[in-house]
Amino acid sequence: MALWGMVIDLDRCTGCQACVMACKAENNVPAVGVKEAKRERVISWMQVLTETDEEHHGTKMRFIPRPCLQCDDPPCTKVCPVYATFRNPEGIVGQIYERCIGCRFCMAACPYNAKYFNWHTYQKEGPGQNPDVSVREKGVVEKCTFCHHRLQKARERALAEKRQFDPAEYVTACTEACPAQAIVFGDLSDAASEVSRLARSPRAFRLQEELGTKPKVIYLTEGEESG
Amino acid sequence: MADARDPHEDILLAPIEHTGPGFYWAVAFLSLLILWGTVAYWVQFTEGLGVTGLHQPVGWGFYVTNFVFFIGISHAGTLISAILRLSKAEWRRPITRMAEVITCMVIFIGAGQILVDLGRPDRMMNVIYYGRYQSPLLWDATSISAYLTASLTYLYLPMIPDIAILRDRSEKRKLLYSVLALGWSGTERQHKVLNRAIAIMAVLVIPIAVSVHSVVSFVFSMTLQPSWHSTIFGPYFVVGAIFSGIAGLILTMIIFRKAYKLQYYLKPIHFRYLGQLLLIMALLWFYFTFAEYLTGYYGAEPEEMKVFWAKFTGPFWPFFWTMVLCNFVIPLVCLASLKAHTVGKVMIASVAIVVGMWLERFIIVVPTLSFPRLPFPEGVYWPTWVEWGETAGSFGLFALFYLLFTKFFPIISIWEIREGRETSVKEVEERIRSYLPGDAQEKA
Repeated sequence: MALWGMVIDLDRCTGCQACVMACKAENNVPAVGVKEAKRERVISWMQVLTETDEEHHGTKMRFIPRPCLQCDDPPCTKVCPVYATFRNPEGIVGQIYERCIGCRFCMAACPYNAKYFNWHTYQKEGPGQNPDVSVREKGVVEKCTFCHHRLQKARERALAEKRQFDPAEYVTACTEACPAQAIVFGDLSDAASEVSRLARSPRAFRLQEELGTKPKVIYLTEGEESG
Repeated sequence: MADARDPHEDILLAPIEHTGPGFYWAVAFLSLLILWGTVAYWVQFTEGLGVTGLHQPVGWGFYVTNFVFFIGISHAGTLISAILRLSKAEWRRPITRMAEVITCMVIFIGAGQILVDLGRPDRMMNVIYYGRYQSPLLWDATSISAYLTASLTYLYLPMIPDIAILRDRSEKRKLLYSVLALGWSGTERQHKVLNRAIAIMAVLVIPIAVSVHSVVSFVFSMTLQPSWHSTIFGPYFVVGAIFSGIAGLILTMIIFRKAYKLQYYLKPIHFRYLGQLLLIMALLWFYFTFAEYLTGYYGAEPEEMKVFWAKFTGPFWPFFWTMVLCNFVIPLVCLASLKAHTVGKVMIASVAIVVGMWLERFIIVVPTLSFPRLPFPEGVYWPTWVEWGETAGSFGLFALFYLLFTKFFPIISIWEIREGRETSVKEVEERIRSYLPGDAQEKA
């Protein structure tokens, strides 16, 4: 069984937000509008966080693109009272929008704030949306799914063509969009894959690793000289 | 028994038999509050939770605060009444029913807060269809429904003899009273069975009550979030619940004492004893708060400290220090000596504590969510008219339920007062005698 994971090289990230926009288009993430944005209700499954570098205070910013970290021990799934969020056997943390009761317990429990709530009806089904991804109603929580629909499509294609599914066929929208190739996606259970190789790099670290959530999004620190 | 007409019956049944204009004014006022709450909820139901002040990352605000607060108030009743009954505190007699009614009314309101907080209340049955027992919210659902069932039973059992009095006396609602009286005729056997049942329920209800506020605290402490993830939260919440519960009970007693002229029953001595209990809880609450914050401060984890300073000197300081003032300083000053002006002092302390404990719940829920671990822009939560309306409506609904109850059933137990007068005076004397040394029979 594959274990999908991602490596993000912070040394390569330019903070251009191409991943953010690609994700929004791919996953029908609603644009909430200015009024709602001012009230801090922006939905952004992939979000580029900025942090001032402590060594170069005030002169250097650090960009941290943050999708859902797809924890192997996710704090959000345990607290869901209706199994609307769960970790699937391949390590992807899913969300059943049709079942979610909107209690927002998972949002309170996620140490990475990777879950978002539909405070209003932000959009209805219409032209221009990705038909592979369902449009969320008001009152439910949504999140990054590692573009899970792409995995399903790749598998179905392989099945239709009567051949083995190749993990290289499955890649997330943010990975594809990154012009600096800072994002690498693949199967962490395959020791030979690029993502596994990078995850073993001495530069590799995980966000809030000490919490024991075992995230499958792994970051590479900036510049060997500063790390 | 019923033929020996008791003068107490007339006083205690007066609110049921006669209704003055004050009642209608109160109902009108409370209905306005409830109307505000209903409009607020209707707007929220149709538009979505966006009409509240909630946002990313503060996804929980007034509703969850109210939930913890109301469930806390519910500890007034059943728990305190059970403890007083089991410890044979004779002064409990005019208080227990008032306390138990608070529990039963407020627990509905408390559990209702969670429904109001849901983004999809239409799917609430999913909790039963797809319930995941690993979630502390399901523990809440279990514990609260057990508490509600036990509390209703525990309220109802001691009411049976009084309902029988109403059945025999009153012309109104004859059917209701005869059904609820369960054929009570006051035989010795019936009394024996009833007392036994009450004793069993009193024992049963204490662990359930403790479990309720423990699991309410687990909603927070089971997560990994700074200032929530704390082993002390279970007992801390239980102590806070009893603390606010007693304050709520005292306020209810003062209001109905005045409205229904019960000064003869609720004497300063009752307020003095409850005031002393309140003082003990204030000290206990302070001890828990001190231990909780000192542990966080001394360990000085950066994430913990962000929330800590936000409460002490940051954006939440007015709430935090008002809480300390209301929950500790004012009660200490008011309750240290209760020799004179007992009722007034106890009332001031109780008002302060009810406000302070609401703030305590707020200060637990919101600051932690306001300071995420990762470098997000920090959001400030401020409620809109919707949350204020829902909160006002909840208080109004509770008060209205309570008021209506007093129009159907006596709010002070008639038969228990009578029992106190007729049998307990002798019993207590005998009991005290049995404690003392030097009895001729024991020597032998």
